[in-house]
Amino acid sequence: MREHGQPITTPGLVIPDPVNYDIGREKVVETDSDLRTEEMLINMGPQHPSTHGVLRVMLRTDGELILEATPHIGYLHRCAEKIGENVQYHQFVPYTDRFDYLAAMNNNLAYAMAVEKLAGIEAPKRAQYIRVIVAELNRIASHLVMFGTYGLDMGAFTPFIYGFRERELILDLFEAACGARLTYSYVTIGGVREDLPEGWVRKAGEFLDYFQPKIKEYNDLLSYNQIFIKRTANVGVIPADRAIAYGLSGPVLRGSGVKWDLRKATPDLVYDQLEFDICVGEGRMGQVGDSWDRYFVRILEMVQSARIVRQALAKLPSGDYRAKVPRLLKPPPGEVYYETENPRGQLGFYIVSDGSPVPYRLKARGPSFCNLSILNEVAKDCLLGDIPAILGSIDVVMGEVDR
Amino acid sequence: MTPQEICKRLCDRFGQGVLATDIAGKHPHAVVAPDAWRAAAEFLRDDPELKFDYLRAVSGVDYPKESKLVSVYDLISTAYRHTFAVKVETPRENPHIPSVAGVWPTAEWHEREAYDLLGIVYDGHPNLTRILLPEDWQGHPLRKDYVFPKEYNGIPCASTVNP
Repeated sequence: MREHGQPITTPGLVIPDPVNYDIGREKVVETDSDLRTEEMLINMGPQHPSTHGVLRVMLRTDGELILEATPHIGYLHRCAEKIGENVQYHQFVPYTDRFDYLAAMNNNLAYAMAVEKLAGIEAPKRAQYIRVIVAELNRIASHLVMFGTYGLDMGAFTPFIYGFRERELILDLFEAACGARLTYSYVTIGGVREDLPEGWVRKAGEFLDYFQPKIKEYNDLLSYNQIFIKRTANVGVIPADRAIAYGLSGPVLRGSGVKWDLRKATPDLVYDQLEFDICVGEGRMGQVGDSWDRYFVRILEMVQSARIVRQALAKLPSGDYRAKVPRLLKPPPGEVYYETENPRGQLGFYIVSDGSPVPYRLKARGPSFCNLSILNEVAKDCLLGDIPAILGSIDVVMGEVDR
Repeated sequence: MTPQEICKRLCDRFGQGVLATDIAGKHPHAVVAPDAWRAAAEFLRDDPELKFDYLRAVSGVDYPKESKLVSVYDLISTAYRHTFAVKVETPRENPHIPSVAGVWPTAEWHEREAYDLLGIVYDGHPNLTRILLPEDWQGHPLRKDYVFPKEYNGIPCASTVNP
């Protein structure tokens, strides 16, 4: 480590030439003259527009170069696990809404599936299809928020408006199905809370007709935008082996080129009867696993989710929308660990039952929590301005990090 | 591999280090002695037939009746797609478990969380500090005998405002 105030001798500091900037061929400037820098601690957050919530990152910098980025979390800790030990199984469903509040359907689903496995309940076929439909629609809505806010982080305001324009239609569909627009509690233990209203399937089909051509618009607007590419390509590269070692999941893992998706690896619901592809980062704009790859995986996943919803709508069987589950659910003593593929990665629940109506222990493994843990390793040796690009591409929701 | 085969492979290698197994239940797992855990973790990760390269979660559980704290490690192999879990038990009064943050880096934050909420001390952890709660918080809330505080630094807690 260089002493404070000493001149930089071999920094390997990459300074882009603003005129002839060429990705991958940045000019390395060797300075040994009288350029002196000092280490500095910069506190980013917890109130900061590009930390997406109350995340605080302590940055130790040397000029523009980041030496260390330590996330400090817990500002949104709401004791969800402690509450879980004090409420009945059905009563915990609304708390799961508040984990990843951009994908409440998927949270409900992960919890409901875990409890169903623990109690030996199976949801009827119609409920399973409805679950797939709402989960994938919520995945699209969640990725649209990421698309919009990531554009915002990179200095483009329009994508945000575009993303929310389409998300609004999904929220309308959810509102028609369950009355809520953000915290649904729609997927419950044993099935879904209510059947889909009349005409909902047709409306969902119309939404897909409208939505699918919009993807091209997103790509024209942001994905292939040169400014955006230069801000995100080759920035914050996560190699595949590090991604697995850090327990990353979802688009962050797949962005590193790892073909891993729980919907294919351990298929639940009716995913094995539906056709879709796992999208992975290919390094089209730079290295595999850079911020652009992580971003683009989400665009590709929206296409796949739309495909899944279309098939599921066509195959939607008639029948019961929920199984008979006692109001006072008492699962037999035992324990279970269950994970499903959320928009941000694998949401897991570890539930221990002692035979009483209240869980003995309820642990939630939030994907954002694990995804955020790699931040220091990725941000090290990046430039200060790259932090929003990296954080935005990891796309954490603090409600799930802190629980 | 099935849980039986995984368990047998682990028992063959560690013998006395595996204290108990539960294969029949919904959460197949083996209970590994704290002394053997670090080596067992490396074995689980590196063995060519197991390849548990992905640690899904570390969950701490308090069992005051049996006077023990349990750390549960849920594993999955991205190569073979099989799953398994390992439990490590430690006495409630002096809870120490070797850290596996060096084996799976993701364990670093999970172990900090279990330390924060349950007070399990992970020996050899690079930075065992509270992660969710403030640094000056007293006690570990997920312990079954935890008493809710009346105030925190002069701020009355909700339970005392609306009893």
